[in-house]
Amino acid sequence: MLFCPMERDVRMKSGSTLEKVLRAGKFAFTGELGPPRGVNVEAVREKARHLKGVVDAVNITDNQTAVVRMSSWATSLIVLQEGLEPNFQMVCRDRNRLAMQSDILGICAHGIRNMLCLSGDHQQFGDHPKTKGVFDIDSIQLISMVKRMRDEGTFLNGIEIDGPPEIFIGAAANPFAEPFEWRVYRLAKKIEAGADFIQTQCIYNMDKFRDWIRQANDMGLTERTYILAGVTPLKSVGMAKYMKTSVPGLDVPDEYIDRLQGVERKKQGDEGIRMACEQIKEFKEMKGVAGVHLMAIEWEHRVPEIAERAELLPRPQV
Amino acid sequence: MIVGERKPIEEIVEMIKGYKRVLNVGCGGCTSICLVGGQKEVDILNAELRKACKAENLSIEIDAFTIERQCNADFFSELDPMIDDYDAVLSMACGAGVQFVAERYPGKPVFPALNTVFVGVDREIGWYEENCRTCGECVLGETGGICPVTRCAKGLFNGPCGGTTVDGKCEVNSDVPCAWYEIYERLKQQDRLENILAVKIAREWENQTQRSLIQEAYKKRYAKER
Ligand code: SF4
Ligand code: SF4
Repeated sequence: MLFCPMERDVRMKSGSTLEKVLRAGKFAFTGELGPPRGVNVEAVREKARHLKGVVDAVNITDNQTAVVRMSSWATSLIVLQEGLEPNFQMVCRDRNRLAMQSDILGICAHGIRNMLCLSGDHQQFGDHPKTKGVFDIDSIQLISMVKRMRDEGTFLNGIEIDGPPEIFIGAAANPFAEPFEWRVYRLAKKIEAGADFIQTQCIYNMDKFRDWIRQANDMGLTERTYILAGVTPLKSVGMAKYMKTSVPGLDVPDEYIDRLQGVERKKQGDEGIRMACEQIKEFKEMKGVAGVHLMAIEWEHRVPEIAERAELLPRPQV
Repeated sequence: MIVGERKPIEEIVEMIKGYKRVLNVGCGGCTSICLVGGQKEVDILNAELRKACKAENLSIEIDAFTIERQCNADFFSELDPMIDDYDAVLSMACGAGVQFVAERYPGKPVFPALNTVFVGVDREIGWYEENCRTCGECVLGETGGICPVTRCAKGLFNGPCGGTTVDGKCEVNSDVPCAWYEIYERLKQQDRLENILAVKIAREWENQTQRSLIQEAYKKRYAKER
């Protein structure tokens, strides 16, 4: 079972800042912003202001954990108005191929150039647990549909698009979910389908991640896509335990919990940031890692401090 | 087999409330096999209904009759002469059987006594598990005989998602195995992992409008009628 290591397509696909940073060989830094559960535009602007100039692009989540929020495209637009580059997320749970393709055209028409293709958390986890999940196509099929729209200028049905979208296509990877041996092949499938960049699940088990990235390097996959390592600073012992036991597909080794337990309560957040910065410093040196994706959940205001301490500032001008 | 479960007694009483004479028709097919709609269950339901009607002061006469299958018109011949004696029919077949009875006797109100739940197998006696969503384009040949449409909570064709737990369970329920974990394990055991190595492209869903089909050998016979 071998994938021929093909060269990366060197042509600029979207002209987004994220794409330019990565193509210039700079270490990329992306953040995350969760839309509000209402029309609280000011909340979005406030979060965006913390991130402006600090990250190259910010992921705008799409009804994350299957909870209704302001739509990811609309929030992306507000963020764009704030002078921050969005990475528009789209899940397969809530839209069929018609809605997906029209939203892709829509975001591109409004100047959004990055998109992350995801399956989405199952609706059962959310605030409308008995809704009908769509899953018309899956995340890998979504990646390939966007690529087709962009590179072949046709819809999924083969019909020509009047002005194809220019999108830098992203996908997620979870190196920690079972079966571990298959995860690198699933990464390969995403690249095969057209993923220009990858953002990973939050990493805590560094040994396992080193193992996974080594496999990706050996298979030539890191030559064909840009991998951004996912980091989420732990705010407290409670959060660490919750992530360990209640979030499917996460692997939080006990050493993280022990370290947080070793400091007094008020200082646990600071210790969490210190651990995250140590990880980021290692990622900067790690072969095959092209950047970091920081998911500081409801901690947008601390991202500048984290970026500073992890020596990720100033961001490259490209 | 098609698997069903009985509706709550209150819901059934509510449906037949306005009628004086009701015939409860059992089915000797799938719903009999899954122990919910055969002769025995018809009798049990009728006993419960009589009790419930008495409690509510309703005077409804309820009779029983079970035919071999409600999804084939040939089996209706015994039922035909009886129907006029009743002003409503309760059916203990699957939804398809209920509709066929309703089609046969368009003047009679026909009510379902069951909820039709899935196509599945017997795990143990009285314990069933869903295995097929009748998608119309079977992929079991590539997935080690494990259905991703039915058994993966997201119906992924290029699984597994990032939610598979350490012990190979699905993210939505720690009691349910991750279908794609099992597909991987089975194909690995058979040295057939190349089956799922290539990207499986988006499928054309064939089950979005009502389907009918004529087997190849019968195409000629029905050519004129269509
Ligand atoms: S793929 Fe699954 S749902 Fe489709 S026919 Fe086969 S078993 Fe049934
Ligand atoms: S954990 Fe497995 S079965 Fe559950 S949704 Fe993900 S791939 Fe499907």
